[in-house]
Formats: sequence, C-alpha cells, structure tokens
Amino acid sequence: MFSNFDFDVIIRSLPYLFLDGMTFTLMLTALATAIGIVVGTLLALMRLSAFAPISILAAGYVNLMRSVPLVLMIFWFYFLVPYIGQWITGAAQPIQVGAFASSLVTFTLFEAAYFCEIMRAGIQSISRGQVSAAQALGMTYPQTMGYIVLPQALRNMLPVLLTQTIILFQDTSLVYVLSITDFLGAASKVAQRDGRLVEMYLFAALVYFIISFLTSRLVRRLQIRTAIIR
Amino acid sequence: MNYNWNWSIFFETSPDGVHTYLTTLLLGTAWTLATALAAWCLALALGSLVGVIRTTPFPWLVRLGEAYVELFRDIPLLVQMFLWYFVLPELLPVSLGDWLKQLPDASFYTAVVALGFYTSARVAEQVRAGITSLARGQRFAALALGLTLPQAYGYVLLPMAYRIILPPLTSEFLNVIKNSAVALTIGLMELTARARAMQEMSFQVFEAFTAATIIYIIINIAVTFGMRWVEQRAAVPGLIGAAVPAATH
Repeated sequence: MFSNFDFDVIIRSLPYLFLDGMTFTLMLTALATAIGIVVGTLLALMRLSAFAPISILAAGYVNLMRSVPLVLMIFWFYFLVPYIGQWITGAAQPIQVGAFASSLVTFTLFEAAYFCEIMRAGIQSISRGQVSAAQALGMTYPQTMGYIVLPQALRNMLPVLLTQTIILFQDTSLVYVLSITDFLGAASKVAQRDGRLVEMYLFAALVYFIISFLTSRLVRRLQIRTAIIR
Repeated sequence: MNYNWNWSIFFETSPDGVHTYLTTLLLGTAWTLATALAAWCLALALGSLVGVIRTTPFPWLVRLGEAYVELFRDIPLLVQMFLWYFVLPELLPVSLGDWLKQLPDASFYTAVVALGFYTSARVAEQVRAGITSLARGQRFAALALGLTLPQAYGYVLLPMAYRIILPPLTSEFLNVIKNSAVALTIGLMELTARARAMQEMSFQVFEAFTAATIIYIIINIAVTFGMRWVEQRAAVPGLIGAAVPAATH
C-alpha cells in the first residue's frame, strides 16, 4: 500500500509548506481571532442593548452570517471588498486588495458573528447584582462593562473562545477556493505539480490533526485551571 | 458604485442551453439538500453508535469512541474531503480504486461520506452529553428491572437523550446544510458552486451571490421553524424546557 510512497517530496517541500503556507494560515488565524473577538464583543453589547434598533441590527447581522456557508461568504467578500474600498477612498476604479487582506476581512467579519454569541453568553452569565453594585458605586456604562462585566465574561468564556479559534484555524483551509497559498493551498500546489496527491494530502491532514489535537488538549487543561469554584 | 445591476439575468438562458440561470440555481439547491440529508442520515447513525459506546462501562470501547471523535474533529472538513476523494482510491486495490474513480456522481457520494463522518463526530458528542445528562438512577433502575444493557439504551436512555439534545442537533443539521458547500472543491454542483458558475459565465457577481444567500436563509428559516415544532412536541414534561401543560382536570 505504501510501496511507492514518496516521503522525499514532503521533505523537499517543507520550507515552502511551513514558511509560505503555515505562516499565512497562522497569521490569518491570529489576526482574525484578535479582531473578531473585539468586533464580536461590540456586537454582543449591541445585541444586549435596551435600544431596539441597535439590538435588532446586531441580531440581524449575526443571524445572516450564521445562516450562510463560509465558502459563499469567502466568494462574497472576495468580489465585494474591492468595491467597498473604492467607496471608502472615493477611487475611480474598484481597489485591488491582496489575497491576505481579502481573507482577513472575510474571516474577521464572519467569525465576529460566532464570537458575538459566545461573548453574549458570557455577559449573560454574570450575576445582575454585579451590574447593580457597579452602578451604585457611580460607575458609568463603559466603566461597568470595561472593569466589571467584560473581564469576568472573558474569563468564563476563555475555553469556548479558544475552541472557536481552533475551528477558525481549521476553517482557514477554505481559502483554498481562491487559490491562495495557505498551508493546504501550498500542499495542494506541490501535490498537483509533482503528482503526489496521496503523500501531500495525508501529510497536510496529519499536521492539521496534530496542531488541533494538542491545542484542544491545552484548552481542556486551561478549562480545569480557570474554572471558578462556586 | 459603478456596477451594472441586471436582475433579469435570472430569466436568461444559461450556457447549458436548456435551463435559465434561476433553474440552474434551483437544481443546485436540490443537490445541496440531497447531499445534506443523506450525510445527516449517515451522521445520525454513526454518531449515535459512537456516542453510545462512549457511555458504556467498557473502557476500551470508550477509548475507541474518543479516538474516533478526535480523528474526525481535528482535521478540517476540506482536507477530509480531499482524503476521501483523491487519496482513498489510490490506497485501495487497483481494481476497486478504478471502480471508485469511474463511479457516476462520484463527487456526490464522496461528499455524503465525508460530510457524514465529519458530522458524526459532532453528533456523537451531543449524544454522549445527552446520555450523561440523565440521572444515574435511570440506568440503574433499567438494569435492576432486568433489562439487558442494549435494552436499557433502547427503551430508557436513548429515547430520553434524543429528546433532550434536539436543540443542539438542530444546529448540527443546519451546519450540515452549510458545510455541504465545501463539496464544490471536489466538483459537486451544489448551490454555492452554481452561484459561482453563474458569476463566471454572466459576470453578474452580486445578483448570483444574493440569490444563493437568500435561498440559504430560506432553508435556514424553514428548518429552524420545523424543528421548533418538533422540539415542542418532543419536550420532556417536567423539565424547564418543556411548556407547562394546561390544567384540564
């Protein structure tokens, strides 16, 4: 079964796979997570707002993002972002944005909807007495949220946020549909150039598995350590 | 925005010469639903089996179930699809591999299998969570009444567990529908792939994607409402999630 298995093609392409491909994948994951959590938290605050138009707007956005496939959203933003850039800068032609910028916008805006739901659950898990106490001390809304509610919500939801990050890491492989050289894209290009589909795809699967498996184990340990005993 | 909108494009004939663009999108919707439904049946069967063995009193079975879940959860769906589509036929004996490659609608069958196994790991987690959420006494009582272990699962534990985990199962079902779009990478002409093809042929990018988005939203709403009805019917009386029955006596 593995008699004509060519391990050499993996060794030869390691620098390309990791320096070009994995760097793109990890950069995209890290930035989309960081910005996505910030945008998601803002969306969560909007959804919990007592002012109906704001909460309906945020809920509509989140539900829209959660009802369409990520692949379709990747296509959407790939064609839409140049027009948005043109609209913002007032240029005469749609602006050419790179593959990285386009995917970063897509993943940030898409995952923000999922981070929003996690943060909303986190905020709602905080007891109402905390907010009342903060207000009784004379804190404003930004102070109450920034000093009291959000730090605790973040701590409660840290394992879930990290699990979502692992999902995001796996989802970045879908930029393949735009022929971008992320880790899977790099593996796929070598596979097609050298006719070594079996070796490259098995290796890619192995790398994704090891990273996701080890990080999810770490998350589980973190979950036990950060759990607040009540 | 200097973009030429042309909504009448949907009623123009697509390059296949027979159908309008609208019809090709609807055909794509049919493929999306067929793939999702078939994969869901597979996922429900495999996921229930794996979820059940993870709650049995046999450590080696529990370990096996855990390994299964980790395997299918820690590899991206796209990579799993490539493994089933490109790699599996090469690893099988030559004649069997060739038969697989020449199968008509090979991308459909591959998508169903890949999506089914991928989703089964998630279903297994839900089924396990549902069974472990039941009071231990239910299992003990079933066994004390003389039911065998399979009977205890079939008559006592699973009927309760399924009713409790209906809401998360609904969102997994919605995920299957959305994830079926990944199958466009192995050539399945489902809804997203048709929208993409329409964009390439007609250059009406935003009309094509808007139509696909609306269809996905409609499917989503229909499934959500349908399942809400099922959830109300199947709610376990006495739990917080169940509606309080009207006092008729």
